[in-house]
Order: sequence, then structure tokens, then C-alpha cells
Amino acid sequence: MPEVMKNTDTESFKSMPDKRGHFGIYGGRFVSETLMGPLEELEQAYKKYIIDPDFIAEYEHDLKHFVGRPSPLYHAKRWSEKLGGAQIYLKREDLNHTGAHKVNNTVGQALLAKRMGKKRVIAETGAGQHGVASATVAARYGMECVVYMGAEDIKRQAINVYRMKLLGATVVSVEAGSKTLKDALNEAMRDWVTNVDDTFYIIGTVAGPHPYPAMVRDFNAVVGREARQQCQEQTGRLPDSLVACVGGGSNAIGLFHPFLDDKEVAIYGVEAAGDGIETGRHAAPLNAGKPGVLHGNRTYLMEDKYGQIIETHSISAGLDYPGVGPEHAWLKDIGRANYVSVTDVEALKAFHDLTRIEGIIPALESSHALAYTTKLAPEMDKDAIIIVNLSGRGDKDIHTVAALEGITV
Amino acid sequence: MSRIEACFNAIKENNKKALIPFITAGDPSPDLTVGLMHEMVSAGADIIELGIPFSDPMADGPVIQRASERALAKGTNTDDVFSIVEEFRTKNNMTPIILMGYLNPIEVMGYAQFVNKAAKAGVDGLIIVDLPPEESEELIAELKPHGLDQIFLISPTTHEERLEKICEVASGFLYYVSLKGVTGSNQLDVEAVAHKLNQIRDKTNLPLGVGFGIRDAQTAEAVGRISDAVVVGSALVERIAEHAKDNEKMKKEISSFIKSLRVALDGV
Repeated sequence: MPEVMKNTDTESFKSMPDKRGHFGIYGGRFVSETLMGPLEELEQAYKKYIIDPDFIAEYEHDLKHFVGRPSPLYHAKRWSEKLGGAQIYLKREDLNHTGAHKVNNTVGQALLAKRMGKKRVIAETGAGQHGVASATVAARYGMECVVYMGAEDIKRQAINVYRMKLLGATVVSVEAGSKTLKDALNEAMRDWVTNVDDTFYIIGTVAGPHPYPAMVRDFNAVVGREARQQCQEQTGRLPDSLVACVGGGSNAIGLFHPFLDDKEVAIYGVEAAGDGIETGRHAAPLNAGKPGVLHGNRTYLMEDKYGQIIETHSISAGLDYPGVGPEHAWLKDIGRANYVSVTDVEALKAFHDLTRIEGIIPALESSHALAYTTKLAPEMDKDAIIIVNLSGRGDKDIHTVAALEGITV
Repeated sequence: MSRIEACFNAIKENNKKALIPFITAGDPSPDLTVGLMHEMVSAGADIIELGIPFSDPMADGPVIQRASERALAKGTNTDDVFSIVEEFRTKNNMTPIILMGYLNPIEVMGYAQFVNKAAKAGVDGLIIVDLPPEESEELIAELKPHGLDQIFLISPTTHEERLEKICEVASGFLYYVSLKGVTGSNQLDVEAVAHKLNQIRDKTNLPLGVGFGIRDAQTAEAVGRISDAVVVGSALVERIAEHAKDNEKMKKEISSFIKSLRVALDGV
């Protein structure tokens, strides 16, 4: 493995990835030979259409009229006051169609699939949010859709499974390995390698082989672009800090990326500490893992001494993943972003607090970002500004939260 | 001369085809692997492909996925794989051994240390499914001084330009993946394979092996006619799985299956 490079004093933080899809030593394209040609083809199509005015117009049209963008930047005054420090602004991705930021990316990739003449789309999903967002766009654009989901996750997320079926998708239960998100991703890759001629693989996070980490980031960067502009409009300046949860890291990079060269803006990515980092039962590769190669890219991973991927734990299915997007790995190493973690218990408290104080039920994923904000805000001045990415709504998590309180809904 | 080169030279001289069986190290249990390897050689295997078990075998179908799971459940780790090769070499110093696996277990050990241990144990080459030539430079630099080969895969989706790039860095032999799909798929199109092999032969003099989708004597024979070597994996691993609890029966089944493939290839 190459040495870590720390040479970004003068260059833009937005210059990555390089031509071969590397973010420093991370990223790249580590897949079987059968997928190399198709990934080159995808990269070329992506590069062509991302600057094509017709493509951009169609993407923006659907983000506005189908997704409901721009999403509000909401000043959570009561919560800010209770915490007694910085003013907290929530980027309301929970108000998007399908209830999370995931749809920004699936609209983009489905439009690309359409341009490439692919009639079938496949996706992997953990909590089901990306699966629902994929099934939704497949219905919208008239495509066949197959979603791979771990057998364990199917049990935990029955409502999202039914939503996908209503939308016309086939949900395939993955029985291999730990039967969760990473195994669903393996299975989707196996489908893709078999049906690569007519199939487009919609990866849901900023991981996977190049160009996925860059492409998924670019389709989610609308979050950060809007937030940057809205913050300036509402407060006359840029925020002091950004906070977002990091599983694979798509909502986080979407918020962070447009701010990367604003060096005065501090950036915090929040991983899932599960039962606590020290217990080993967590999903925090940037905090407690080390670099390796999985799912087509080099990044921080949770692995044992022999490089076998180990099981993760988080109350939030969307953060329950042993890897993380390669750009986050790079931002960590060069010190541009800080990666911290909060436990299940802390995230749950934030879930209840926001619900009761602001009347917004957040997703358990987003609750991790909120929980870290409760630590950060009191340390800051009252005129300081924090933007938190409220990446999804919590309706899908009601059963999980109720069950923890011994209530059957 | 490397064992791989010597093996293919002998094959060519005798006008034969190489038979390359694949099993996963540690499946069904690490203490049975060496015995299986010797059994396969006496039944007619020319080269052995030994899988390094991995938790997330993305390019493998269910049969080889489960082999990895069984091996890992028995605690098989990378050092055990080296010990297996080392033990095999005490009785057989001729049959080439190729380790097949995924990059992460190699990365975690470090390229230099992995290659040192592999060479010391008596490994001849590596097939790393998720390490394309674009990302291989450093590993090849470690392999070369030890005379180990990185065996590259070529697939039906490999276009001309890539083919040239692969042939430039390849050594040992080339492994043509006969179909779009995972290991153990069942849709081999011999004519299409023959067409692609001809394209590859225009670019290289390296021997050409074909794998994925070769399930029995009949498909082995058909593929043997157009290639230099035939790789059989899932069909073999299925038999190991079926008789995992009866070691003697398993060895017998494996032996008779390999013999049937040998006979088929010798008839080519």
C-alpha cells in the first residue's frame, strides 16, 4: 500500500479524485476484470452528461418538481436555546420525497442509466431508504428494478420492503455472510457482473469502484450548495461548523463538499459508536479501523488481523457498514474533516430531544449528527452557527425506538 | 525456470492440456487440504489453484462463497494457507501452486511480507480477483524478485486496449473468464470463448487457461480443444461440500472426478 500523502496546502480540497479515481491513497477501482470495461464506460458517460445542459436541466427539473427541492435550512431556535451555545440550523433532507437525501442520487443515476440505454436497475440497501429511493425512480422512469437486501435487514425493515414491492421492485433476500448491508452489496455486484450488458447498478453511497464515490458525491452535493447559499441569505455569512452522520458517508460528503475550500468552516463527520468504541460493537471504521480494500475501493475498514471483514453494530441500520467512502478516509488523513462518534444511547436521546423540542422526528442515522451537535454547540459562542444535515426522517425507525421502550406499535 | 513455465513446457511437448482444479484452503477443514491436494495430483491435476478464504468473496457464486465460510468457520487464516503449501511441498516439489483470493487479506499483511511468506512456502503465482493491472504495479514489483507470477484474468468484456495492457504485464499464463458472471455459473458458450481466445493469441504467446462454467468431462473436453488449460472450481467444491463429513468418501469422489476430467482432456 502506498504511503499517506500530506500535500494539500496550496491545492483545492475539491480536486479529488485524480484521473484513476484515487483520493490520495484511497478510492481506486478494485474489481474483477469483467467489471473494468463497464466501469470505464460508466465513467465516460458520467463525465459526458454531468456537463451536458439537457441532462442538467432534466436533473434539476426532477429535483425541483419530483423531489421537492430546495429543502429548507431551518433555524432550530428552541433547541439552540436549550443547549445554550451556537445557533443550530437543520438542513431538512427529511422533507424530500421518499424522506431522505438518498433520492438526490437515485434521480441522477437513473437519468444516467436512461441515457446509457439500460432498462434494468439494481441496488443494494440496508435500512431500505436507498432501496425505496431506487424503486421510486425506477417507477418514475419506467425501469425494471431489483433490490438486494440482507435477510436480517428484511426482518427489521418490513415496511420499507413492502414500500419497494408496492413501487414494483423485486426485493431479493441475501442469505450470505452476516445477512446485512455489506452482503447485499456483494450480491448486487454479482448480479451486475452477470447482467452487465443491460443493467445499471445504482450504488447508494459514496463507496464502490471509481467513478461511484465521485458520482454519488456530485449528485448529493446539491445539499451543500443549497445550504451554503441559504446560510448566507439567512445569516449573511458562512457557518462555523458542519455536522453530518457517516455510514458510507453520502449525506455527509454532499453537505461537506461545497464547503471544503472554506477553510474557516470546521467539519465534523459522526460515526456510529454502537455500544461504545471500546466494546468493539460499533460501526466506526474511521475512528477504530484501518485502511484496506473492500467493495471496489481502498478505504478505512473494520477487519480482523487477517483482513477478514468483521461484523458491525449500530442501532441505525443505515450506519451499519464496515467501510466508509474513500473521500472521507482522505479528508481524515489530511485533517480537513474531523471524524468523531456517538453511541446508540446518545443518538436515541437526541432522537427524543429533537422530536419533543422542535417537532421533528429525525432518522436514527441523522440522530447521530444531532447527538454530536449537543456536545459541540454548548462549547461555542451564541452567535456561532452550526449546520446539521438532517439527512432523513424517522418514521421508518418508530418500530425500533418503540421496541426499545418495550412498546409494540 | 519457474514451476509454472516448466509445467506448461512439458504439457506442450507431450501435446496435452493442463488440468487446474480449484479448492479453497481449509475447506472443509485445514487439516484435510494437503491430503486433497496430493489426491488431486495423483488423479491427474497439473497445477493446483488454492483459494485463500475471504469473508466477502464478491466475484464468487454461492458454492465457493460457502467454501470460504466453511474454511473461515474452521479458523483458517492466511498463515494456515502458507503452512498448507509448505507441508504439500515436503512431498511434491514439482506441481505449481497458485493462490487465488481477494486483495484485503494481502493488504493487511503488507505486500512484501505476504510475498516473502508465499515464496518461502513454495507458492508459484497469485490470482487476485479484485486487483486489475491498473492497481498492480507495486505488487508485481514485490513478486518479480521472487520469480512469482501474477496471473491476470481476461473476460468477455475486456476490450482491445485493455487486452494489450494486460498482456504487457502478465506472466505465467492468462486466465480467461469464459462468461459474464460469478464462479459456478452455467452458461458456457464454447464458440464465443474460442473467438476471444483467438483474439488473445494475437497479442501474447503465454499459455491460455479457461475457467468459470466448466462443470464436467464434456465441458472440459470442449474447452480443452480450444485452450491450453482448463480450470475447474465450483463443480469440485460442490463434491467437497457434499462429502464434507466423510473424509475417505470425499477423497474418493474428488479423485474419480479429477480422473474423469483427465481422461476427457487426454482425448482432446
